[in-house]
Amino acid sequence: MKPSHQLVALHTILAKEIRRFARIWMQTILPSAITVALYFLIMGKFIGSRIGNVDGYTYIEFIAPGLIMMGIISNSYANSVSSFYSSKFQRHIEEMLVSPMPNYIIVLGFVLGGMARGLIVGVAVTLTALFFTRLEIQSVTLVVVTSILTAALFSTAGLINGIFAKSFDDTSIVPTFVLTPLTYLGGIFFSISMLPDFWYKASQLNPILYMVNSFRMGILGVSDVDLTVAMSVIIGLLAALFMTSLYLLNKGIGIRN
Amino acid sequence: MTEYALSIHSLCKTYRNGVVALDDVELEVKKGDFFALLGPNGAGKSTLIGIITSLVSKSAGKVHVMGYDIDSQFSQAKSKIGVVPQDFNFNKFEPILEILKNQAGYFGMNRRAALLAAEECLDKLSLWEKRKHTPRELSGGMNRRLLIARALVHDPELLILDEPTAGVDIEIRRSIWKLMRKNNEDGRTIILTTHYLEEAENLCRSIGIIDRGKIIVNTSMRKLLEKLKEESFILYLQHPITQPLDLEDYSYKVIDSKTLEVALSQNKTLHRLFNILSRQAVTVLSIRNKANRLEELFLTMTGQSSE
Repeated sequence: MKPSHQLVALHTILAKEIRRFARIWMQTILPSAITVALYFLIMGKFIGSRIGNVDGYTYIEFIAPGLIMMGIISNSYANSVSSFYSSKFQRHIEEMLVSPMPNYIIVLGFVLGGMARGLIVGVAVTLTALFFTRLEIQSVTLVVVTSILTAALFSTAGLINGIFAKSFDDTSIVPTFVLTPLTYLGGIFFSISMLPDFWYKASQLNPILYMVNSFRMGILGVSDVDLTVAMSVIIGLLAALFMTSLYLLNKGIGIRN
Repeated sequence: MTEYALSIHSLCKTYRNGVVALDDVELEVKKGDFFALLGPNGAGKSTLIGIITSLVSKSAGKVHVMGYDIDSQFSQAKSKIGVVPQDFNFNKFEPILEILKNQAGYFGMNRRAALLAAEECLDKLSLWEKRKHTPRELSGGMNRRLLIARALVHDPELLILDEPTAGVDIEIRRSIWKLMRKNNEDGRTIILTTHYLEEAENLCRSIGIIDRGKIIVNTSMRKLLEKLKEESFILYLQHPITQPLDLEDYSYKVIDSKTLEVALSQNKTLHRLFNILSRQAVTVLSIRNKANRLEELFLTMTGQSSE
């Protein structure tokens, strides 16, 4: 397949994915914006006013980057896992499998679809945040790069979950029992410098910590982790997950008999 | 330039549970042919089609489509194939025009070319009026036609249809037959699996019979039907017969007083039979085959009894 034809195929998958989540925006975009508005209201306004400053910022300013990142993470993941699994469940994944598209185009298409939803939700959550606090971005480049890489990483992770999933239950196990705890413990609501030594070290094993802090660095200019280390973790994980998903698709795991 | 649309050598497939679905399959289908692939349930037809279309991984062997190896030249090979699966596998929430445009896009056709091809296919399959509907809103027959439209949207040279007329009414079945014939006349190679042997006999020029994972017959329809040693006919008589008939060397049995079943071996003719009956003042109102000829052969070759 010529590169120009591959681009057409990639564009087709991406456009289809965007149409899919846009068609059901009340299930895909709106809930995150409402959830985050509630977080801002309860954690930021009601409780946050009693907590005081963290790293020199009001509590509501401190949690805003993490909440935006939470929206990006959960939605990128959810889009890929649900879209890929439902295409397996309804068997229209076969439309792609019988085509001359190479597998990396299929992987890229689903990953870009998940990224698109994650980033759109990120923008929606950011706009919601502006009703509650001011956001003075310190580094637009860092914010954009971190958002894109994080969306790509979790979209790819969602795709792998979708590849392995054998039932709808399987699509919610990882988000419920792995992703949500890691997100909440990933420094969204607190600085890990506030933790005892053991938990401080344990937190550094949580990859979400690096994304939240890299994003917070871009917005507030403060971070609990070194930016180079954060970027290395994000890019390293993304590369590993992308290669894994490509390997699984090439092997036909979960999709071919 | 190869003369074969499909060429399969030493193809084997063993599933993880140990089931041997295909055992050293050899099969060649010439370009432009209309080929019937028949076999009892579980014989390996769907596995074979799955391997050709990359939906099933093979255990061993070589498959070439239009001369392209499906492993080393998978992109060229797959671009030549259109497949009509047995079951509906659409995105049920997408309008059917979008389904066809997407399929064309996956084959590298840009949006404009994809739109034109999708519109043309919907029109040909009499689905144009339904272009904004989703598959959920279509009847079974329409969905069946949509499967064919989707398989044709990128103008494949080899069209593989896995039981395309299963569960459709006679009118739609005839329209699908007409469409398949037209496609074949236009030069497209067609491979058809079906449970309706009458369909295979009517449409196809060549035939392959697969049984227990092995190709047991691969020949022309004409040559295969010549192998039929005996054919049974049901004769409907104008008047009841009151006494035993003397049909010379034709064996027969009386179904009821106005119905006879006569067996004809290869060297006996209907013409002579009618002469004998005429001499005994027996008038035949109508006649039909007791069973489809291909069906008789199929059952014999796959070792099943028709009784």
